[in-house]
Amino acid sequence: MKAAVIVFPGSNCDRDVQVALQNRMGTAPHMVWHRETTLPKTDLIVLPGGFSYGDYLRCGAMAANSPIMRAVIAAAQAGTPVLGICNGFQILIEAGLLPGALMRNRNLKFICKDVHLRVETTDSIFTNRFNNGEIIKIPVAHHDGNYFADDETVKRLKGEGQIVLRYCDNEGETTDVANINGSASNIAGIINEERRIFGLMPHPERVIEPLHRGTHGAMIFDSLMEALA
Amino acid sequence: MSEITPDVIKSHGLTDDEYKLVLDIMGREPNLTELGIFSVMWSEHCSYKSSKKWLKTLPTKAPWVIQGPGENAGVIDIGDGQAAIFKMESHNHPSFIEPYQGAATGVGGIMRDVFTMGARPIANLNALRFGAPEHPKTRHLLSGVVEGIGGYGNCMGVPTVGGETNFHPSYNGNILVNAMTVGLADTNNIFYSAAAGIGNPVVYVGSKTGRDGIHGATMASAEFDDASADKRPTVQVGDPFTEKLLLEACLELMATDMIVAIQDMGAAGLTSSSFEMASKGGVGVELWLDKVPMREEGMTPYELMLSESQERMLMVLKPGCEEAAKAIFDKWELDFAVIGKLTDSKRMTLMWHGDVAGDLPIDPLAEASPEYDRPWEETPKQDRISADSIEQKMPHSEALKTLMGSADLSSRRWIWEQYDHMVMADTVVRPGGDAAVVRVHDTRKGLAVTTDCTPRYVKADPVQGGMQAVAEAYRNLTAVGATPLAITDNMNFGNPERPRIMGQFVGACKGIAEACIALDFPVVSGNVSLYNETNGEGILPTPAIGGVGMLPDVGRMATIALKRKDSVLVMLGSPTGELGQSVYLKNIECREEGAPPPVDLNSEKRVGTLVRGLINANVVRTCHDISDGGLLVAVAEMCLAGNIGADLHMPESGSEIAWLFGEDQGRYIVATRDPDSVTNAAANANVHAVIIGNAGGTAITIEGEDPLELDELRKAHEGWMPNYMAAPLN
Repeated sequence: MKAAVIVFPGSNCDRDVQVALQNRMGTAPHMVWHRETTLPKTDLIVLPGGFSYGDYLRCGAMAANSPIMRAVIAAAQAGTPVLGICNGFQILIEAGLLPGALMRNRNLKFICKDVHLRVETTDSIFTNRFNNGEIIKIPVAHHDGNYFADDETVKRLKGEGQIVLRYCDNEGETTDVANINGSASNIAGIINEERRIFGLMPHPERVIEPLHRGTHGAMIFDSLMEALA
Repeated sequence: MSEITPDVIKSHGLTDDEYKLVLDIMGREPNLTELGIFSVMWSEHCSYKSSKKWLKTLPTKAPWVIQGPGENAGVIDIGDGQAAIFKMESHNHPSFIEPYQGAATGVGGIMRDVFTMGARPIANLNALRFGAPEHPKTRHLLSGVVEGIGGYGNCMGVPTVGGETNFHPSYNGNILVNAMTVGLADTNNIFYSAAAGIGNPVVYVGSKTGRDGIHGATMASAEFDDASADKRPTVQVGDPFTEKLLLEACLELMATDMIVAIQDMGAAGLTSSSFEMASKGGVGVELWLDKVPMREEGMTPYELMLSESQERMLMVLKPGCEEAAKAIFDKWELDFAVIGKLTDSKRMTLMWHGDVAGDLPIDPLAEASPEYDRPWEETPKQDRISADSIEQKMPHSEALKTLMGSADLSSRRWIWEQYDHMVMADTVVRPGGDAAVVRVHDTRKGLAVTTDCTPRYVKADPVQGGMQAVAEAYRNLTAVGATPLAITDNMNFGNPERPRIMGQFVGACKGIAEACIALDFPVVSGNVSLYNETNGEGILPTPAIGGVGMLPDVGRMATIALKRKDSVLVMLGSPTGELGQSVYLKNIECREEGAPPPVDLNSEKRVGTLVRGLINANVVRTCHDISDGGLLVAVAEMCLAGNIGADLHMPESGSEIAWLFGEDQGRYIVATRDPDSVTNAAANANVHAVIIGNAGGTAITIEGEDPLELDELRKAHEGWMPNYMAAPLN
């Protein structure tokens, strides 16, 4: 089991996810510079959080056109699992690998805090270690995480079980107050139709050991380990 | 070239005497470029001419200090071949004029100071002061500053883990934005700024130079008036993305063996960086200004030397390394230009397309800059407030709710949730407690960090207030279990040409020095910001202290949150009932007066050593120091953080108000299930200990009063700032 983490100029959670992957999978991932045009042999591609290209133009827009992204898109289309965290989720959307858009947070401010999430599906290589409907806690840290898609797309995502995580309160209710950034249907993370490409705003790599005050993030990497190893 | 008229000299902030000194040093009339260089080098901001005499009195040495003041940042040894490098710096004037960019570039500047020494920044903190909440500019400034700090730090991927924010009308026209960065380096790979090696190339890296920030250092050295908003063009614009690239490129270059010396271009840009490097190294420099990467057309040598464009560094490389070094900067898509060489002339020679545009001696500018012994007046002492003179106006629980929901003590969550405080995944104590703790990556060690100052104490008694700021930092580090190691100080004061203000500065220095010596807590870096006045009104004197301490094992530390319902609350340290300058007096009695609580440094050290011992021995895992608001506020903060209530006993005699709300120094509250161990250890350490109550339930119940439900208290505490910021405009 060997992952590849793509490093863009301005990525800043690349080291954190490198540590998390090493910690949960026992193997150090490849770190791939954005100017590369080919990927090493890999079982999982990770697009890390950060501010690729300073978030200039639009979050993720320039990174989606980086040289390495052609290889990432090709590998993704051929079935290599892809995990996009925060800025990585924004890049996946800008690259057309996931539907919708991520807009500025409803309160127009950067938000960094622990949030409760409801696991909407365990039928994925990313969430098989959770229980359906389980309430988990993972921090967010973003300015542009307000998920938007037209009603039809949201309906389809729901129908096909492609909504993986939704913002909720500590009792699992997906209330408006719990919807920290104003996302459509409280969406925090979605998966593509083939269930191989997962983008989420929360940062699982920040909660992988008890000192982090939570270990739900580790479960996502453990799920991948179980599914792919 | 413009003529040097008295008006030109005055507009460059030089006095007649200073200009005479310029003529002496030059042996001729300077040209405009040279005059501009003198102006910024001798500005208060760069030369410390009013403060130097007193800064020299601060203790700066300890066995663990690797580098004290005088470099880009201070360096301390944290064992295992690792060093913590840190400094705090002000960006007050720019932040008042343009809060977002002013604060953002303040954060960018202090991070550069730290990574220019070879350290990866691992924590940012800040100390912020705003005007009265009801002042029409306050919300705009607060909102812009917080967004600017977040905008820069978040993009850099460095967690902003702590800080403090206060409001007071004295800051209405002159807010304070002090930013601190702590970095981590290997002790055998620390970089300094002294240039060496005649003939070695001088290299410019980072962003291109534009016209932004010209004369920023001079602006930061003058009082404000109503026309200061016109100085907006002298506020620099930050680009955190470029700085992130610059950080990675510099660290990549530093992992090789190509750098002789390196210095960031901060205040006074290319001028101060080149002069400081040359002066420290005892060499001369020839700069080819036409080779400087420029953002705009038609720039002049004057502008190039004085621009404060951000995200730039100046380096001296080993000969022959230019190509290999350039390859690293090419990878990160940053400018890299050889813009000069070191000479043995001890002069700064500025070349412009082959002609000499300026030629100045280095040492008289950099080291022999003017130094003033400004006259000063001691601050008159105030009378101690007798607790007996204060009558109880309302139930204590109601007073508690009022204080916890006040501008002074309400939760700052609205602020720190806009900062990424978890990136790097090593934040093990998050904001909202005493000190924040970041783990030293890949080890069990932790660095505890805090910023502290109680300006109203400093105003009432600068010596005691200076001492208290240091003691408070010591206490906050101790409360998590960390051994306090060193501080950085950010001295924010009014106009030093007024003896009353200079007396505040002198008093604070004395207090800081005394506390640092008593607590083995030396000053390793710092910054002075004077002339914080608007239309003749000075700010509260604010010597902000940034403290750094070490935890040997992050598995053995304390936080403020109550953890168990069956624990007993023990107060350590002696209560004396000091209500002078207290938050209670201000908010309930509407009086800002009296002598501040005195600091007993011997007792401070004894209690601190005891508390650290209890935490490191794993006897105590819950601890909070008693500061603003006194004992009851401290208990309430512990209850809210842990979502567990408390029952509090009252003393048999004496003023209840003084007991509950006195801000007597040198005290902590610990929660324990084994109170005997704690009280026995206290007795052995000759520390006063008293059981003040028990944890449990969902309310705070003061003996003889109705319970105050935590939910109700939380609403008041968490509600103030979001409501304040969201209220409609008047």
